[in-house]
Amino acid sequence: MSIELVLQYLVSPSFARGAGMTLLLTATSLFFGVVIGLVLALIQESRTRVGQLASLAYLWLFRGTPVLFQVIFIYHVLPSFGIKLSAFVCAVLALSLNEGAYMAEILRSGLQAVKKGQRTAGLALGMTGSQTMRHVVIPQAARIVLPPIGNQMIGMLKLSALVSVIAVEELLLVANQTASADFRYFEALTAAGIYYLAMTTAFMGLQILIETALDPKKRQRLRRVSLTERMLGTSQSFVVR
Amino acid sequence: MQHLLEIVGISKSFGSIQVLKTCSMTVAAKETVVVIGPSGSGKSTLLRSINLLEPVDSGDIFFAGENITRERKKAHLLRQQIGMVFQNFELFSHLSAAENVMLAPVKILGMSRADAHDIAVELLRKVQIPEKADAFPDELSGGQQQRVAIARALAMRPKLMLYDEPTSALDPEMIREVLDVMAELSAEGMTSIVVTHEMGFARRAADRIVFMECGEIIESASSEQFFAGTVSDRSRRFLDQILH
Repeated sequence: MSIELVLQYLVSPSFARGAGMTLLLTATSLFFGVVIGLVLALIQESRTRVGQLASLAYLWLFRGTPVLFQVIFIYHVLPSFGIKLSAFVCAVLALSLNEGAYMAEILRSGLQAVKKGQRTAGLALGMTGSQTMRHVVIPQAARIVLPPIGNQMIGMLKLSALVSVIAVEELLLVANQTASADFRYFEALTAAGIYYLAMTTAFMGLQILIETALDPKKRQRLRRVSLTERMLGTSQSFVVR
Repeated sequence: MQHLLEIVGISKSFGSIQVLKTCSMTVAAKETVVVIGPSGSGKSTLLRSINLLEPVDSGDIFFAGENITRERKKAHLLRQQIGMVFQNFELFSHLSAAENVMLAPVKILGMSRADAHDIAVELLRKVQIPEKADAFPDELSGGQQQRVAIARALAMRPKLMLYDEPTSALDPEMIREVLDVMAELSAEGMTSIVVTHEMGFARRAADRIVFMECGEIIESASSEQFFAGTVSDRSRRFLDQILH
């Protein structure tokens, strides 16, 4: 094994572009996945029969078939209905639709974990239903769903490797192509593995940061420090309060 | 005496079980009414129907002279005038004590955080725990949590306070501190309806006692009459039971 070659791959533009594509796929698919999941979760919470049936059908379809199947299906079958999309859009579409089904369940469990009495208390104060949702339920649910969403983030990063089958130039495809061109599987795949580990490490760090931001006690401890600073006059925001 | 609240013949069923049977009662401004009765007698449902958390099937509810019974869209505006305290406190766990009190003034009335904070500190002083302003609900005892909940309800300057078994979930040694706060508010003229089993509080703070059983208001007597024993047999039987 040549460490030099691994380093060479690591800094090469094609690997960097591949990693960038992986990151872009992950971020966009996660974003749309959360949006779809939130809509589905709220529909299920609203308890209308049509909505519940529709979201149940959605979950059944997208959790019941392999992601790889969905990716290939969207890429190869949609064009025969006259819908022509780029490989990247197909990849994001398939990953988002699939992710939405899992996110829906995670978000729903978060909303349900906030007890009914909390909603009643918000309403009794005179808040509207949507104000209660925004200021009482969602802040508490967010803390509950963060760890499983962290799992999903990392899972999505790895899932994105699947779209190499429809020739989206993401990290694994780049590594594979480089390896078979140079007959250097070990080095090329090691370089890709290092990229994957670096990205998942960054995601884990991000999760810890968000968890701290959402934890009211940790946040307040930070605020207390800045209050002390203000009292010592070391901060310019002294006059604001 | 002008009535702040007038309930006229309200009924309510959950499925085949009728929990309120043509209940009528009036509450005058500054009056404190204690509602007693065995569990399952409809006391909580009665309270929840007053601030429209539980829609009634028939009958009318008048608040400050207006018929509010069928109000749905503006229910939140009515609830802003009525404070409610729950058996399980229901403090918002992601907010500190002061933030719990500040939430409604800031988010509903659009008050600045600084002004709302002043109000919160003042109200926490009123319920005797100004030092816990920055504590979170899980750092407070039950009695402290319930007093923060009372402060939170007072932050909207309600015309009426509803207490739904406010001390039932408390350890015995904490009941007193909560009842003291409630009695003080009543003495200051806060109109209150209190569902409770604490007969000591009823004797101390109530102007009137309402006795409910099986969804019916059996008796509504002035506190003096009630404790002098000039009550119906059913009320007396219940009293004998809870006073052992």
